[in-house]
Amino acid sequence: MSAVVELAGIRKTYNAGTPVAVEVLHGIDLAVNRGEFACLIGPSGSGKSTLLNLIGLLEWPSGGSYRLMGRAIEQADDDERTRARLTTLGFVFQFHHLLPAFSTLENVMMPGLMRDGAYTAPQRANAISLLEAVGLGAALHKKPSELSGGMQQRVAIARALALAPDLVLADEPTGNLDTHTADDVFALLRRFNETRGTAFLIVTHDPRLAARCDRVIELRDGTIVSDAPNRH
Amino acid sequence: MRFEWSVALRFLREGGMQSVLIVAASAVGISVIVFISSFLGDLQRDLIRRTLGVQPGIIVRPAEEVAHPQRDRTEPASLAQVQARAQRLRSVDQWQALVAQLQATPGILAVSPVAAGPGLATRGDVNKSVTVTGIVPGPYVAVTRLDEKIVAGDLRLNPGDVVIGIELARDLGVALGDKVRLSTPTSAGDAYQVRALYDLGQRNLNRAYAYVTLPTAQALLNLPGGVSSVELSVEDLFGADTLAARLQARMPHEVESWMKANSQLRTALGNQTVMTALVRFFLALVVAIGVASVLIVSVVQKTREIGILRAMGASRGRILRLFLLQGVFIGAAGAVLGSALGYGLTSVMSGILRADDGTPLFVAHFNLALYLHTVAGAVILGLAAAVMPARRAARLDPAQAIRL
Repeated sequence: MSAVVELAGIRKTYNAGTPVAVEVLHGIDLAVNRGEFACLIGPSGSGKSTLLNLIGLLEWPSGGSYRLMGRAIEQADDDERTRARLTTLGFVFQFHHLLPAFSTLENVMMPGLMRDGAYTAPQRANAISLLEAVGLGAALHKKPSELSGGMQQRVAIARALALAPDLVLADEPTGNLDTHTADDVFALLRRFNETRGTAFLIVTHDPRLAARCDRVIELRDGTIVSDAPNRH
Repeated sequence: MRFEWSVALRFLREGGMQSVLIVAASAVGISVIVFISSFLGDLQRDLIRRTLGVQPGIIVRPAEEVAHPQRDRTEPASLAQVQARAQRLRSVDQWQALVAQLQATPGILAVSPVAAGPGLATRGDVNKSVTVTGIVPGPYVAVTRLDEKIVAGDLRLNPGDVVIGIELARDLGVALGDKVRLSTPTSAGDAYQVRALYDLGQRNLNRAYAYVTLPTAQALLNLPGGVSSVELSVEDLFGADTLAARLQARMPHEVESWMKANSQLRTALGNQTVMTALVRFFLALVVAIGVASVLIVSVVQKTREIGILRAMGASRGRILRLFLLQGVFIGAAGAVLGSALGYGLTSVMSGILRADDGTPLFVAHFNLALYLHTVAGAVILGLAAAVMPARRAARLDPAQAIRL
């Protein structure tokens, strides 16, 4: 199984070179393979979000090596990282983070607009099919403010999948939702993983949801303390 | 750029009243700039027209005669005094060829030969000193617009006719059709019939000139076949100095622009231009600061959206262009509205402001170049104002921006 992400000895230090320097990740070795459905658990402050941001190329590691789709990326410049974020990775955040000025459909078409420089018919058809798949076919032209929290999170999932990324990084995607809605959203992620083969790395605090992942990685004080397949 | 256009326009639309107010503020500032520019241009042109009366844009005269002391130049001793030569009335050498040459010169609209010299206008026992001015009406009107100053009679001059100002007519007690005797130091003169009366808007000027045909003046002034000057009207009134210097460099005659002949007026107009340029500069600065401050607020308000766009794959360059475009849109919208407002204001004020004689102080012209320059200037201004906020937006750390 080929790896989407390969981390070796990744360290992250904030305020490096100052008296208040803090190392939050201490030599992380981790690989996430194509089609995997993995979750990252751990107490608050254990470094989960920092690790997710590093994998998502939103932050730079202080040391170690990082290969994304087989290419060393830790020395890449900002433009190259930005391109990789657009084409290889998808993001789902806890607070969904939709663009409030754009409709549901436009939000899902936004990655395509960035990649192609124009709205195209195939992008539109793809966005509509994704929104129908998440059950929002009737809300294409609604603004995010007109949708419930669960609906907004489903739009964010459709947007993350718009350019068929190899890996979707989800930072507590159900953290802000009630149990019933959280189950629905989680089921949706699972469905896209199974039907499209997209790999997912999901940060969660919810042991109930973690139990439904194929692989559970536990982070504690900046170190991976366990990484094991889940027995369903 | 479609992404940047689309998001920039949407951000501005989402800004609602904030966007409306900054466009309105820019429009008001730009309208005042347009009004001042248009008003100043029209007012100065009108002021010059009124002040100069029948003075041409450029006048070409024979070079002054200078004294050349005959001495050995190797001698170290200097002369205690060199008496200046008296300037007698002389003709411009080869003036017909000069007129043809000037008519073919770019930037010159019309060329008129003039024979002018001192004389006396006499009626009964009243003598008034005048400048006897011999003209060819067609070219002279093209240079000075004297026809517009005629208040009685017409300018169709015949050999026995004279055209005088209304003040001189009053002083001499003559009216249209009456006879006036014109004489000069070199001629006992003759009686001429008053063909027309002019009003140049200034008493002194209305007493100054007695217009006769060119051959009549040549005879009166003892300038057989000659002219004392060649007068020119120019395309660019404010560029007359430069053109005069260019002409001076290629001819032996004395070439003088209206600016040199009226240096005080030129200085006053120059100061006025500098002052209004300062006002315009500070207005533009206020508009730029307004646009910049609104965009800085917008960057702060949209920090999270910028973070999302960066996380989704928008480069720093795209975020930079996205905010620069907002500056351009505000500048362009402000310029279009401001130009319309400025033109309206200029038109209204030209109807309200009146000179002492009741005529409009200035006439509003639709100056297309001014409006095109305004739009281009405002777009550049908006772009420049957006640089700082745009750089700030582009530098945002996406991970931090999303966390906010």
